[in-house]
Amino acid sequence: MKIPIHFILNGEEVSVEVEPNELLLNLLREKLGLTGPKYVCGIGECGACTVLLDGEPVLSCLTLAVDVDGHEVTTIEGLAKDNELTAVQKAFIEEAAVQCGYCTPGFIIMIDKLLKENPNPTEEEIREYIRGNLCRCTGYVNIVKAALKAAEELRKNTSLIKIKK
Amino acid sequence: MVEAVKLSRHNLFNTHIIPVNFKYFAPKTLNEALELLDKYGKEAKILAGGTDLLVKMKMRLVEPKYIINIKGIRELNFIKDEGNQVRIGALTRWRQLEKSELIKNFFPSLYDAVKVMGGTQIRNMATVGGNLCNASPAADSAPPLMVLNAKLVLASKKGEREIPITQFFKGPGKTVMEPDELLKEITIPKPEEGSGSAFIKVARTSMDLAKISAATALKVEDRKIVMVRIAIGSAAPTPVRTPKTEEALIGQPFRPSIIREKVKLVVNEISPIDDVRSTAFYRKEVSKIIVEDALLISYERASRR
Ligand SMILES: Cc1cc2nc3c(=O)[nH]c(=O)nc-3n(C[C@H](O)[C@H](O)[C@H](O)COP(=O)(O)OP(=O)(O)OC[C@H]3O[C@@H](n4cnc5c(N)ncnc54)[C@H](O)[C@@H]3O)c2cc1C
Ligand code: FES
Ligand code: FES
Repeated sequence: MKIPIHFILNGEEVSVEVEPNELLLNLLREKLGLTGPKYVCGIGECGACTVLLDGEPVLSCLTLAVDVDGHEVTTIEGLAKDNELTAVQKAFIEEAAVQCGYCTPGFIIMIDKLLKENPNPTEEEIREYIRGNLCRCTGYVNIVKAALKAAEELRKNTSLIKIKK
Repeated sequence: MVEAVKLSRHNLFNTHIIPVNFKYFAPKTLNEALELLDKYGKEAKILAGGTDLLVKMKMRLVEPKYIINIKGIRELNFIKDEGNQVRIGALTRWRQLEKSELIKNFFPSLYDAVKVMGGTQIRNMATVGGNLCNASPAADSAPPLMVLNAKLVLASKKGEREIPITQFFKGPGKTVMEPDELLKEITIPKPEEGSGSAFIKVARTSMDLAKISAATALKVEDRKIVMVRIAIGSAAPTPVRTPKTEEALIGQPFRPSIIREKVKLVVNEISPIDDVRSTAFYRKEVSKIIVEDALLISYERASRR
Protein backbone atom coordinates (compact mmCIF):
# COMPACT_ATOMS: atom_id res chain seq x y z
CA MET A 1 0.00 0.00 0.00
CA LYS A 2 1.88 3.09 -1.24
CA ILE A 3 0.97 6.34 0.50
CA PRO A 4 1.61 9.70 -1.21
CA ILE A 5 3.21 12.30 1.07
CA HIS A 6 4.11 15.96 0.64
CA PHE A 7 6.55 17.83 2.82
CA ILE A 8 9.14 20.60 2.84
CA LEU A 9 12.71 19.31 2.73
CA ASN A 10 15.47 21.88 3.25
CA GLY A 11 13.13 24.59 2.01
CA GLU A 12 11.92 22.75 -1.10
CA GLU A 13 8.66 20.94 -1.66
CA VAL A 14 8.83 17.17 -2.03
CA SER A 15 6.12 14.76 -3.16
CA VAL A 16 6.88 11.04 -2.95
CA GLU A 17 5.11 7.75 -2.38
CA VAL A 18 6.21 5.64 0.56
CA GLU A 19 5.34 2.33 2.15
CA PRO A 20 3.92 2.55 5.71
CA ASN A 21 6.93 0.65 7.08
CA GLU A 22 9.50 2.91 5.43
CA LEU A 23 11.56 5.08 7.76
CA LEU A 24 12.40 8.73 7.25
CA LEU A 25 16.12 7.91 7.32
CA ASN A 26 15.76 5.48 4.43
CA LEU A 27 13.59 7.84 2.44
CA LEU A 28 16.14 10.64 2.81
CA ARG A 29 19.22 8.56 2.07
CA GLU A 30 17.94 6.19 -0.57
CA LYS A 31 15.15 7.90 -2.45
CA LEU A 32 16.07 11.55 -2.05
CA GLY A 33 19.83 11.20 -2.20
CA LEU A 34 20.57 13.06 1.04
CA THR A 35 23.26 10.97 2.70
CA GLY A 36 24.06 13.53 5.42
CA PRO A 37 21.89 11.82 8.03
CA LYS A 38 23.79 8.63 8.89
CA TYR A 39 22.52 5.14 9.60
CA VAL A 40 24.36 3.61 12.54
CA CYS A 41 22.46 1.88 15.33
CA GLY A 42 18.97 2.21 13.90
CA ILE A 43 17.45 2.05 17.40
CA GLY A 44 17.77 5.54 18.80
CA GLU A 45 21.01 5.16 20.72
CA CYS A 46 23.56 7.19 18.73
CA GLY A 47 22.01 10.35 17.24
CA ALA A 48 23.87 10.09 13.90
CA CYS A 49 20.54 10.13 12.03
CA THR A 50 19.35 13.37 13.69
CA VAL A 51 17.29 15.76 11.53
CA LEU A 52 15.07 18.71 12.39
CA LEU A 53 11.33 18.07 12.19
CA ASP A 54 9.46 21.37 12.29
CA GLY A 55 12.65 22.80 13.78
CA GLU A 56 13.08 20.25 16.60
CA PRO A 57 15.81 17.59 16.56
CA VAL A 58 14.43 14.06 16.15
CA LEU A 59 15.86 10.70 15.15
CA SER A 60 15.05 9.82 11.54
CA CYS A 61 15.75 6.11 12.21
CA LEU A 62 12.71 5.99 14.52
CA THR A 63 10.39 8.19 12.48
CA LEU A 64 8.05 6.69 9.89
CA ALA A 65 8.33 8.41 6.52
CA VAL A 66 4.54 8.79 6.34
CA ASP A 67 4.71 10.77 9.55
CA VAL A 68 6.41 13.80 7.96
CA ASP A 69 3.48 14.38 5.59
CA GLY A 70 2.62 18.08 5.82
CA HIS A 71 5.67 18.90 7.94
CA GLU A 72 9.08 20.47 7.47
CA VAL A 73 12.32 18.48 7.53
CA THR A 74 15.83 19.95 7.66
CA THR A 75 18.94 17.82 7.22
CA ILE A 76 22.60 18.81 7.55
CA GLU A 77 22.49 19.61 3.82
CA GLY A 78 19.99 22.38 4.54
CA LEU A 79 21.99 24.31 7.16
CA ALA A 80 24.58 26.18 5.08
CA LYS A 81 23.18 28.99 2.95
CA ASP A 82 24.64 30.69 -0.15
CA ASN A 83 27.68 28.42 -0.32
CA GLU A 84 28.92 29.59 3.05
CA LEU A 85 29.39 27.23 5.97
CA THR A 86 27.58 28.01 9.23
CA ALA A 87 29.47 29.20 12.29
CA VAL A 88 29.13 25.73 13.84
CA GLN A 89 30.46 24.02 10.72
CA LYS A 90 33.45 26.37 10.54
CA ALA A 91 34.20 25.87 14.24
CA PHE A 92 34.14 22.08 13.76
CA ILE A 93 36.83 22.39 11.08
CA GLU A 94 38.93 24.88 13.06
CA GLU A 95 38.82 22.89 16.29
CA ALA A 96 39.38 19.52 14.55
CA ALA A 97 36.12 18.25 15.98
CA VAL A 98 35.83 15.81 13.07
CA GLN A 99 37.80 12.60 12.72
CA CYS A 100 36.02 9.88 10.74
CA GLY A 101 33.08 12.28 10.40
CA TYR A 102 30.30 9.74 10.71
CA CYS A 103 28.76 11.32 13.80
CA THR A 104 29.38 14.90 12.63
CA PRO A 105 26.08 15.74 10.87
CA GLY A 106 24.18 14.75 14.01
CA PHE A 107 26.39 16.83 16.30
CA ILE A 108 26.27 19.88 14.05
CA ILE A 109 22.48 19.82 13.82
CA MET A 110 22.26 19.53 17.61
CA ILE A 111 24.73 22.30 18.40
CA ASP A 112 23.19 24.59 15.80
CA LYS A 113 19.82 24.13 17.51
CA LEU A 114 21.27 24.50 21.01
CA LEU A 115 22.85 27.86 20.12
CA LYS A 116 19.52 29.10 18.79
CA GLU A 117 17.88 28.23 22.13
CA ASN A 118 20.79 29.27 24.31
CA PRO A 119 23.41 31.58 22.75
CA ASN A 120 25.74 31.37 25.73
CA PRO A 121 25.78 27.77 26.98
CA THR A 122 28.18 26.43 29.60
CA GLU A 123 30.27 23.36 28.84
CA GLU A 124 27.93 21.37 31.06
CA GLU A 125 24.84 22.57 29.19
CA ILE A 126 26.47 21.61 25.88
CA ARG A 127 27.33 18.14 27.10
CA GLU A 128 23.84 17.69 28.53
CA TYR A 129 22.21 18.75 25.24
CA ILE A 130 24.30 16.39 23.09
CA ARG A 131 24.23 13.41 25.41
CA GLY A 132 22.12 11.46 22.92
CA ASN A 133 24.90 11.69 20.30
CA LEU A 134 27.79 9.24 20.34
CA CYS A 135 31.25 9.74 18.86
CA ARG A 136 33.77 6.90 18.75
CA CYS A 137 36.71 9.03 17.58
CA THR A 138 37.08 12.47 19.13
CA GLY A 139 36.43 11.85 22.79
CA TYR A 140 34.04 14.83 22.68
CA VAL A 141 36.61 17.39 23.89
CA ASN A 142 37.05 19.11 20.52
CA ILE A 143 33.32 18.89 19.80
CA VAL A 144 32.61 20.84 22.99
CA LYS A 145 35.40 23.32 22.13
CA ALA A 146 33.89 23.83 18.69
CA ALA A 147 30.48 24.48 20.23
CA LEU A 148 31.93 27.08 22.60
CA LYS A 149 33.83 28.73 19.76
CA ALA A 150 30.79 28.85 17.49
CA ALA A 151 28.74 30.33 20.33
CA GLU A 152 31.32 33.07 20.83
CA GLU A 153 31.47 33.75 17.09
CA LEU A 154 27.68 33.98 16.81
CA ARG A 155 27.44 36.30 19.79
CA LYS A 156 30.03 38.60 18.18
CA ASN A 157 28.04 38.65 14.96
CA THR A 158 24.76 39.50 16.63
CA SER A 159 26.35 42.34 18.62
CA LEU A 160 27.83 43.65 15.34
CA ILE A 161 24.40 43.66 13.78
CA LYS A 162 23.07 45.58 16.76
CA ILE A 163 25.83 48.18 16.48
CA LYS A 164 25.15 48.67 12.76
CA LYS A 165 21.52 49.37 13.49
CA MET B 1 11.11 20.10 -6.56
CA VAL B 2 13.52 17.51 -5.22
CA GLU B 3 13.75 14.60 -7.66
CA ALA B 4 13.78 11.03 -6.46
CA VAL B 5 17.22 9.55 -7.15
CA LYS B 6 17.70 6.23 -8.92
CA LEU B 7 18.10 3.45 -6.39
CA SER B 8 21.25 1.41 -6.35
CA ARG B 9 20.73 -2.35 -6.24
CA HIS B 10 22.08 -2.47 -2.71
CA ASN B 11 19.66 0.16 -1.46
CA LEU B 12 16.69 -1.72 -2.86
CA PHE B 13 17.24 -4.42 -0.27
CA ASN B 14 17.60 -1.90 2.48
CA THR B 15 14.59 0.33 2.07
CA HIS B 16 12.06 -1.34 4.34
CA ILE B 17 14.04 -1.49 7.50
CA ILE B 18 11.02 -2.34 9.62
CA PRO B 19 10.69 -6.02 8.72
CA VAL B 20 6.94 -6.09 9.20
CA ASN B 21 4.15 -5.19 6.80
CA PHE B 22 1.20 -3.52 8.43
CA LYS B 23 -1.86 -1.54 7.51
CA TYR B 24 -1.52 2.07 8.60
CA PHE B 25 -4.09 4.46 10.05
CA ALA B 26 -3.55 8.05 11.19
CA PRO B 27 -6.74 9.16 12.94
CA LYS B 28 -7.05 12.89 13.59
CA THR B 29 -9.55 12.70 16.46
CA LEU B 30 -9.90 10.60 19.59
CA ASN B 31 -13.25 9.22 18.40
CA GLU B 32 -11.75 7.99 15.13
CA ALA B 33 -8.95 6.30 17.07
CA LEU B 34 -11.43 4.59 19.41
CA GLU B 35 -13.47 3.34 16.42
CA LEU B 36 -10.33 1.83 14.91
CA LEU B 37 -9.35 0.24 18.21
CA ASP B 38 -12.84 -1.20 18.56
CA LYS B 39 -12.49 -2.81 15.13
CA TYR B 40 -8.83 -3.91 15.11
CA GLY B 41 -7.75 -3.65 18.79
CA LYS B 42 -6.47 -7.22 19.22
CA GLU B 43 -4.20 -7.14 16.17
CA ALA B 44 -3.37 -3.45 16.30
CA LYS B 45 -0.71 -1.38 18.05
CA ILE B 46 -1.00 2.26 18.93
CA LEU B 47 1.96 4.33 17.75
CA ALA B 48 2.76 7.47 19.74
CA GLY B 49 6.40 8.67 19.77
CA GLY B 50 7.51 5.26 18.48
CA THR B 51 10.68 5.20 20.58
CA ASP B 52 9.70 1.90 22.19
CA LEU B 53 7.37 0.41 19.59
CA LEU B 54 9.49 0.94 16.46
CA VAL B 55 12.57 -0.45 18.23
CA LYS B 56 10.56 -3.56 19.13
CA MET B 57 9.23 -3.88 15.60
CA LYS B 58 12.72 -3.57 14.16
CA MET B 59 13.79 -6.41 16.41
CA ARG B 60 10.70 -8.42 15.47
CA LEU B 61 9.59 -8.60 19.09
CA VAL B 62 6.15 -7.43 18.01
CA GLU B 63 4.59 -7.81 14.57
CA PRO B 64 1.27 -5.95 14.55
CA LYS B 65 -1.07 -6.22 11.55
CA TYR B 66 -2.37 -2.70 12.05
CA ILE B 67 -0.67 0.46 13.24
CA ILE B 68 -2.83 3.26 14.61
CA ASN B 69 -0.66 6.37 14.66
CA ILE B 70 -2.19 8.74 17.22
CA LYS B 71 0.44 11.48 16.91
CA GLY B 72 -1.96 13.67 14.92
CA ILE B 73 -4.63 13.77 17.66
CA ARG B 74 -4.11 17.28 18.99
CA GLU B 75 -6.72 16.93 21.75
CA LEU B 76 -4.40 14.43 23.51
CA ASN B 77 -1.48 16.84 23.80
CA PHE B 78 -1.81 19.30 26.69
CA ILE B 79 -0.71 20.25 30.19
CA LYS B 80 -3.57 21.95 32.03
CA ASP B 81 -3.68 23.58 35.45
CA GLU B 82 -7.09 23.03 37.01
CA GLY B 83 -6.51 24.55 40.41
CA ASN B 84 -6.33 21.50 42.65
CA GLN B 85 -4.98 19.18 39.96
CA VAL B 86 -2.95 19.12 36.77
CA ARG B 87 -4.04 17.13 33.72
CA ILE B 88 -1.48 15.84 31.25
CA GLY B 89 -2.58 14.51 27.85
CA ALA B 90 -1.15 11.09 26.99
CA LEU B 91 0.57 12.50 23.87
CA THR B 92 2.52 15.13 25.80
CA ARG B 93 6.23 14.82 24.98
CA TRP B 94 8.88 14.58 27.70
CA ARG B 95 10.42 17.80 26.32
CA GLN B 96 7.13 19.63 26.96
CA LEU B 97 7.24 18.48 30.59
CA GLU B 98 10.84 19.71 30.78
CA LYS B 99 9.81 23.17 29.60
CA SER B 100 6.74 23.38 31.87
CA GLU B 101 7.04 25.62 34.93
CA LEU B 102 3.97 23.88 36.32
CA ILE B 103 5.71 20.50 36.40
CA LYS B 104 8.92 21.95 37.77
CA ASN B 105 7.17 23.83 40.58
CA PHE B 106 4.54 21.34 41.71
CA PHE B 107 5.95 17.92 40.84
CA PRO B 108 9.72 18.04 41.41
CA SER B 109 9.98 14.23 41.44
CA LEU B 110 8.49 14.06 37.94
CA TYR B 111 10.80 16.87 36.87
CA ASP B 112 13.79 14.90 38.25
CA ALA B 113 12.68 12.00 36.03
CA VAL B 114 12.46 14.22 32.95
CA LYS B 115 16.01 15.44 33.50
CA VAL B 116 17.43 11.91 33.50
CA MET B 117 15.24 10.48 30.72
CA GLY B 118 16.90 9.76 27.35
CA GLY B 119 18.57 12.56 25.40
CA THR B 120 17.25 15.72 23.72
CA GLN B 121 16.01 13.95 20.57
CA ILE B 122 14.30 11.15 22.50
CA ARG B 123 12.58 13.68 24.79
CA ASN B 124 11.36 15.54 21.69
CA MET B 125 9.78 12.38 20.32
CA ALA B 126 8.74 10.21 23.27
CA THR B 127 5.39 10.68 25.01
CA VAL B 128 4.56 10.18 28.67
CA GLY B 129 1.60 8.01 27.71
CA GLY B 130 3.89 5.73 25.69
CA ASN B 131 6.25 5.42 28.65
CA LEU B 132 3.43 4.16 30.90
CA CYS B 133 1.70 1.95 28.30
CA ASN B 134 4.98 0.30 27.34
CA ALA B 135 4.93 -0.89 30.97
CA SER B 136 8.64 -1.40 31.43
CA PRO B 137 9.56 -1.92 35.10
CA ALA B 138 12.20 0.76 34.37
CA ALA B 139 9.77 3.40 33.01
CA ASP B 140 11.09 6.63 34.49
CA SER B 141 7.72 8.38 34.76
CA ALA B 142 6.15 5.59 36.82
CA PRO B 143 7.74 5.93 40.30
CA PRO B 144 7.20 9.71 40.48
CA LEU B 145 3.61 9.43 39.26
CA MET B 146 3.01 6.68 41.83
CA VAL B 147 4.14 8.79 44.79
CA LEU B 148 2.24 11.78 43.42
CA ASN B 149 -1.01 9.75 43.53
CA ALA B 150 -1.62 10.13 39.80
CA LYS B 151 -4.70 8.69 38.15
CA LEU B 152 -5.00 7.45 34.58
CA VAL B 153 -8.02 7.99 32.34
CA LEU B 154 -8.57 5.09 29.94
CA ALA B 155 -10.97 5.52 27.03
CA SER B 156 -12.70 3.09 24.69
CA LYS B 157 -15.73 3.28 22.42
CA LYS B 158 -17.81 2.09 25.38
CA GLY B 159 -16.76 4.96 27.61
CA GLU B 160 -14.10 6.06 30.04
CA ARG B 161 -12.74 4.81 33.35
CA GLU B 162 -10.29 6.29 35.78
CA ILE B 163 -7.87 4.17 37.79
CA PRO B 164 -5.06 4.96 40.22
CA ILE B 165 -1.68 4.41 38.57
CA THR B 166 -0.84 1.86 41.28
CA GLN B 167 -3.45 -0.47 39.71
CA PHE B 168 -2.28 0.01 36.12
CA PHE B 169 0.74 -2.28 35.74
CA LYS B 170 0.38 -6.08 35.56
CA GLY B 171 3.88 -7.24 34.59
CA PRO B 172 6.69 -6.41 32.18
CA GLY B 173 4.90 -5.02 29.11
CA LYS B 174 1.48 -5.77 30.64
CA THR B 175 -1.19 -3.39 31.89
CA VAL B 176 -4.88 -3.58 32.79
CA MET B 177 -5.79 -1.91 29.48
CA GLU B 178 -8.16 -3.85 27.22
CA PRO B 179 -7.21 -4.20 23.53
CA ASP B 180 -9.84 -1.59 22.60
CA GLU B 181 -8.64 0.91 25.20
CA LEU B 182 -6.36 3.91 24.94
CA LEU B 183 -4.67 5.97 27.64
CA LYS B 184 -6.20 9.41 27.35
CA GLU B 185 -4.70 11.45 30.14
CA ILE B 186 -2.93 11.49 33.46
CA THR B 187 -4.29 13.56 36.33
CA ILE B 188 -2.09 14.55 39.25
CA PRO B 189 -3.45 16.21 42.37
CA LYS B 190 -1.40 19.22 43.47
CA PRO B 191 0.76 18.11 46.42
CA GLU B 192 -0.37 18.95 49.94
CA GLU B 193 0.97 22.12 51.49
CA GLY B 194 4.33 21.47 53.15
CA SER B 195 5.16 18.26 51.31
CA GLY B 196 8.07 17.55 48.96
CA SER B 197 9.01 14.84 46.46
CA ALA B 198 12.09 13.51 44.65
CA PHE B 199 13.23 10.84 42.17
CA ILE B 200 16.64 9.19 41.89
CA LYS B 201 17.77 6.94 39.05
CA VAL B 202 20.90 4.81 38.96
CA ALA B 203 21.95 3.91 35.41
CA ARG B 204 25.07 2.65 33.63
CA THR B 205 25.29 5.70 31.38
CA SER B 206 23.30 8.92 31.13
CA MET B 207 21.32 7.49 28.21
CA ASP B 208 20.49 4.08 29.64
CA LEU B 209 17.40 2.72 31.37
CA ALA B 210 17.51 2.50 35.17
CA LYS B 211 19.33 -0.29 36.96
CA ILE B 212 17.19 0.81 39.85
CA SER B 213 15.24 3.94 40.67
CA ALA B 214 13.17 5.34 43.53
CA ALA B 215 10.70 8.15 44.09
CA THR B 216 9.46 9.49 47.41
CA ALA B 217 6.92 12.02 48.64
CA LEU B 218 7.08 13.24 52.20
CA LYS B 219 5.46 15.58 54.69
CA VAL B 220 6.85 16.32 58.14
CA GLU B 221 4.94 18.18 60.86
CA ASP B 222 6.32 19.02 64.30
CA ARG B 223 9.37 16.97 63.28
CA LYS B 224 7.23 13.85 62.76
CA ILE B 225 6.55 12.10 59.47
CA VAL B 226 2.84 12.55 58.77
CA MET B 227 2.82 11.44 55.12
CA VAL B 228 5.24 9.27 53.18
CA ARG B 229 4.99 7.43 49.89
CA ILE B 230 7.77 5.38 48.28
CA ALA B 231 7.90 3.80 44.81
CA ILE B 232 10.71 1.75 43.31
CA GLY B 233 11.46 1.03 39.64
CA SER B 234 13.43 -1.79 37.98
CA ALA B 235 13.27 -3.97 41.06
CA ALA B 236 10.16 -6.11 40.43
CA PRO B 237 8.02 -7.16 37.42
CA THR B 238 6.36 -3.72 37.65
CA PRO B 239 7.22 -0.45 39.37
CA VAL B 240 6.02 -0.91 42.97
CA ARG B 241 4.96 1.04 46.05
CA THR B 242 6.36 -0.19 49.37
CA PRO B 243 3.44 0.07 51.83
CA LYS B 244 5.12 -1.74 54.75
CA THR B 245 8.11 0.57 54.77
CA GLU B 246 5.78 3.55 54.51
CA GLU B 247 3.80 2.26 57.49
CA ALA B 248 6.96 1.82 59.54
CA LEU B 249 7.98 5.41 58.82
CA ILE B 250 4.66 7.09 59.58
CA GLY B 251 4.64 8.81 62.98
CA GLN B 252 8.44 8.48 63.35
CA PRO B 253 10.58 11.53 64.08
CA PHE B 254 12.34 12.74 60.93
CA ARG B 255 15.89 11.95 61.99
CA PRO B 256 18.60 10.63 59.60
CA SER B 257 19.44 7.71 61.92
CA ILE B 258 15.80 6.62 62.09
CA ILE B 259 15.31 6.98 58.34
CA ARG B 260 18.42 4.91 57.66
CA GLU B 261 17.17 2.14 59.94
CA LYS B 262 13.60 2.03 58.60
CA VAL B 263 14.41 2.17 54.87
CA LYS B 264 16.17 -1.19 55.23
CA LEU B 265 12.65 -2.67 55.07
CA VAL B 266 12.24 -1.81 51.38
CA VAL B 267 14.40 -4.81 50.52
CA ASN B 268 11.56 -7.11 51.59
CA GLU B 269 9.08 -5.37 49.32
CA ILE B 270 10.97 -5.73 46.05
CA SER B 271 11.93 -8.80 44.01
CA PRO B 272 14.78 -7.76 41.73
CA ILE B 273 16.47 -10.10 39.26
CA ASP B 274 19.90 -10.45 37.66
CA ASP B 275 19.85 -9.11 34.10
CA VAL B 276 22.03 -7.32 31.54
CA ARG B 277 21.98 -4.09 33.52
CA SER B 278 22.64 -5.25 37.05
CA THR B 279 22.27 -7.96 39.69
CA ALA B 280 19.56 -8.65 42.25
CA PHE B 281 22.13 -8.25 45.04
CA TYR B 282 23.26 -4.83 43.85
CA ARG B 283 19.71 -3.64 43.34
CA LYS B 284 18.75 -4.62 46.89
CA GLU B 285 21.76 -2.91 48.41
CA VAL B 286 21.25 0.28 46.42
CA SER B 287 17.47 0.44 46.90
CA LYS B 288 17.91 1.35 50.58
CA ILE B 289 20.41 4.08 49.81
CA ILE B 290 18.45 5.81 47.06
CA VAL B 291 15.22 5.70 49.06
CA GLU B 292 17.06 7.30 51.99
CA ASP B 293 18.58 9.95 49.70
CA ALA B 294 15.25 10.65 47.99
CA LEU B 295 13.59 11.11 51.41
CA LEU B 296 16.25 13.61 52.47
CA ILE B 297 15.83 15.57 49.22
CA SER B 298 12.03 15.47 49.59
CA TYR B 299 12.42 16.88 53.09
CA GLU B 300 14.71 19.68 51.95
CA ARG B 301 12.35 20.61 49.15
CA ALA B 302 9.36 20.62 51.50
CA SER B 303 11.07 23.01 53.90
CA ARG B 304 12.04 25.31 51.01
CA ARG B 305 8.47 25.74 49.82
C1 LIG C 1 17.78 5.74 23.12
C2 LIG C 1 16.60 5.57 24.03
C3 LIG C 1 16.70 6.00 25.34
C4 LIG C 1 15.62 5.84 26.21
N1 LIG C 1 15.77 6.27 27.50
C5 LIG C 1 14.74 6.10 28.36
C6 LIG C 1 14.87 6.51 29.72
O1 LIG C 1 15.89 7.07 30.13
N2 LIG C 1 13.82 6.29 30.55
C7 LIG C 1 12.67 5.69 30.13
O2 LIG C 1 11.76 5.52 30.94
N3 LIG C 1 12.51 5.29 28.85
C8 LIG C 1 13.52 5.48 27.96
N4 LIG C 1 13.38 5.05 26.66
C9 LIG C 1 12.15 4.35 26.26
C10 LIG C 1 11.08 5.23 25.58
O3 LIG C 1 11.67 6.34 24.94
C11 LIG C 1 10.02 5.76 26.57
O4 LIG C 1 9.42 4.68 27.22
C12 LIG C 1 8.98 6.63 25.88
O5 LIG C 1 8.32 7.45 26.82
C13 LIG C 1 7.94 5.83 25.11
O6 LIG C 1 7.01 6.73 24.54
P1 LIG C 1 6.62 6.70 23.00
O7 LIG C 1 5.63 7.79 22.80
O8 LIG C 1 7.82 6.73 22.14
O9 LIG C 1 5.93 5.28 22.92
P2 LIG C 1 5.62 4.31 21.70
O10 LIG C 1 6.85 3.58 21.31
O11 LIG C 1 4.88 5.02 20.63
O12 LIG C 1 4.61 3.33 22.44
C14 LIG C 1 5.02 2.46 23.49
C15 LIG C 1 3.92 1.45 23.80
O13 LIG C 1 2.79 2.08 24.38
C16 LIG C 1 1.63 1.95 23.57
N5 LIG C 1 0.96 3.26 23.63
C17 LIG C 1 1.55 4.47 23.40
N6 LIG C 1 0.68 5.48 23.66
C18 LIG C 1 -0.47 4.89 24.07
C19 LIG C 1 -1.75 5.40 24.50
N7 LIG C 1 -2.00 6.72 24.59
N8 LIG C 1 -2.71 4.51 24.85
C20 LIG C 1 -2.47 3.18 24.78
N9 LIG C 1 -1.30 2.64 24.40
C21 LIG C 1 -0.30 3.48 24.04
C22 LIG C 1 2.13 1.55 22.21
O14 LIG C 1 1.17 0.74 21.54
C23 LIG C 1 3.38 0.75 22.55
O15 LIG C 1 3.06 -0.55 22.91
C24 LIG C 1 14.42 5.23 25.76
C25 LIG C 1 14.32 4.81 24.42
C26 LIG C 1 15.39 4.97 23.55
C27 LIG C 1 15.26 4.52 22.13
S1 FES D 1 20.85 5.58 13.69
FE1 FES D 1 19.27 6.75 14.60
S2 FES D 1 19.99 6.97 16.62
FE2 FES D 1 21.50 5.66 15.76
S1 FES E 1 34.33 11.56 14.38
FE1 FES E 1 34.22 9.41 14.13
S2 FES E 1 32.46 8.90 15.30
FE2 FES E 1 32.70 10.98 15.71
